[in-house]
Amino acid sequence: MKAEPAVGLRALHDKSGWIALAIVSLVLCVLVPVLSLAVPASSPLHLPDYLVALFGKFLCYGIVALAIDLIWGFTGILSLGHGVFFALGGYAMGMYLMLSIGAQGVYKSVLPDFMVFLDWHELPWFWRGFDYLGVALIAALVVPGLLAFVFGYFAFRSRIRGVYFSIITQALTFALMLLFFRNETGFGGNNGLTDFKSLYGYNLHEPSTKVGLYVLSALGLLVTYLLCRYIVTSKAGRVLRAIRDAESRAMFVGFNPTTYKLFAWTLSAVLCGLAGALYVPQVGIINPGEMQPANSIEMGIWVAVGGRATLFGAVLGAFLVNGLRSFFTAAMPNAWLYVLGSLFIAVTLFFPDGVAGALGRLKRKS
Amino acid sequence: MSESSAVSNALSAEPETAPEARESAPAVRAEPATKSNEKSGKRWSVRPRLVDPERRAAVVGTRQAVLVVDNVSVSFDGFKAITDLTLILDKGELRCLIGPNGAGKTTLMDIITGKTKPDSGTVFMPHDARDLTQLKEYEIAALGICRKFQRPTVFAGHTVYENMELALTGPKGVWNSLFSRLNAEQKRTIEQILEQIGLHEHAAVRAGQLSHGQKQWLEIGMLLAQDPKVLLVDEPIAGMTHQETERTAELLKSLAGERTVVVVEHDMEFVRSIAQRVTVLHEGKVLAEGDIDSVQSNPRVVEVYLGEPRT
Repeated sequence: MKAEPAVGLRALHDKSGWIALAIVSLVLCVLVPVLSLAVPASSPLHLPDYLVALFGKFLCYGIVALAIDLIWGFTGILSLGHGVFFALGGYAMGMYLMLSIGAQGVYKSVLPDFMVFLDWHELPWFWRGFDYLGVALIAALVVPGLLAFVFGYFAFRSRIRGVYFSIITQALTFALMLLFFRNETGFGGNNGLTDFKSLYGYNLHEPSTKVGLYVLSALGLLVTYLLCRYIVTSKAGRVLRAIRDAESRAMFVGFNPTTYKLFAWTLSAVLCGLAGALYVPQVGIINPGEMQPANSIEMGIWVAVGGRATLFGAVLGAFLVNGLRSFFTAAMPNAWLYVLGSLFIAVTLFFPDGVAGALGRLKRKS
Repeated sequence: MSESSAVSNALSAEPETAPEARESAPAVRAEPATKSNEKSGKRWSVRPRLVDPERRAAVVGTRQAVLVVDNVSVSFDGFKAITDLTLILDKGELRCLIGPNGAGKTTLMDIITGKTKPDSGTVFMPHDARDLTQLKEYEIAALGICRKFQRPTVFAGHTVYENMELALTGPKGVWNSLFSRLNAEQKRTIEQILEQIGLHEHAAVRAGQLSHGQKQWLEIGMLLAQDPKVLLVDEPIAGMTHQETERTAELLKSLAGERTVVVVEHDMEFVRSIAQRVTVLHEGKVLAEGDIDSVQSNPRVVEVYLGEPRT
């Protein structure tokens, strides 16, 4: 009778886990805004605007890392094309921001500037409705989800897996990048969408708006984390891991791997769309460069560095790599790619389970 | 449209390269067997998905059959692994399948569980009209036909308890898995099976850390959790110690009666210790069938086992 403890059904978190989560949430959601808005600019504790925007960006990357951890760490499917879902979410939000510029653009037209430049006289059909924030937000989640669903349906049904799947995802993001580079596609071509002025009436250049967006991103990350944590501690999470470790065995105990993979894959894309939608108003631009194959690979590196199948490790990895990136691209711009490459090699060789795994070992030793 | 989708379904049902290989090459992961099936081109012809009731009645006769393999043949690249094989399993019996290497024992298991599609013939359960050779692996599993592989394949990263939970019979969809919690009855079932296979004290242990014998028992337990009608057990005592072998014999004997248990085994001593009924396969055909003594004294069996020099 003693064998029945929390073996089968682990709780969402144990007590210390909840406490740690609460502390991190407080720091992210309360401390940063207070340091930025309430502390006077003269104080050394004051957090400058550019840092708030930078942290906001990192939080969005954190959401992406969670999404990749769900599909790679827990389901064993390495996607090297998640940048495309991120960018699509970003574009949906960018379209709303573009239309809310109104007639304040360079050409003083209600149409976005690039359309005037292309001598278009009315909005293309697929831009209709994007003057509503709700429509844009729904599109930011549904469009990446739909693309992932259709793509995944055919890929998983045909039992494409492993490195073949990864390569196809690279091709996917590359193909869409080329498509979005074209002016005729109707998303601003090379330049993308930029020059945003306001979001739902709030001036995007105001510090308070920036902090607001930052807090929204922090909440988005928190909700995403709890959602992912719920999934991986549920029976569905155990099925995903079972499929990752022994797919045919999972099939013989009666699970259909295709639907489980499709579920994790589509959800992962939707979360990336959410991250993209939060990201774009904070950085003020979205262009096809986000869909570069290298970007998607870097997203994978975040998770590898942080540690797969741990969730918090993925977020940690995203923060860590992007922190290093911000530092190096400012201090030694030419060195960054070397640093990234060596980091990846070092992690693969010495910490195959990433920072999270190393921390875990340290904790067990002490 | 329906035809083409049926074909593509059949294609997608193509068994993937599974970790458990056939007898000839136990250590090889990728196996060419399914490929040759594709080459034969037969899968493009549309086969009836149901078995004719008259045929069913004719084959089963008055027996209390639970699973029937009817006149099945399959060849791989011209090699006839199984030829016109018919096997009828009765309710609650403990049947041993024996035969020299390459006799087609594992291939027969593959066909029953849907991993290999036969070139001709059907597999059916008498109470059900469906032809199992037309179903996907997980659909066959859902019908209560479960298989234990030669090498233990448990979910190594999951605890013993989690392994049991995943194996437990019930709805297996994504939505259900997201929200389901074990109810009291399911917990009782798990407890009971863990007791039966002697792993109740190891419930929280990761399956990967179990000994070889314990893994085998866990896998049998996982099959029991699916409440199977037919249990196919492939070489259960390979690599076991003497004590573990004895325990396994006890376990298998305790399972028969309620369920039909089919054991594939080389070890004649072990077969003698458990078998009620023995079927001897040779070169893809049934060579002899009966109780252990009559089979062992059958001159053709003696010839196959002793007459030809085999390693």
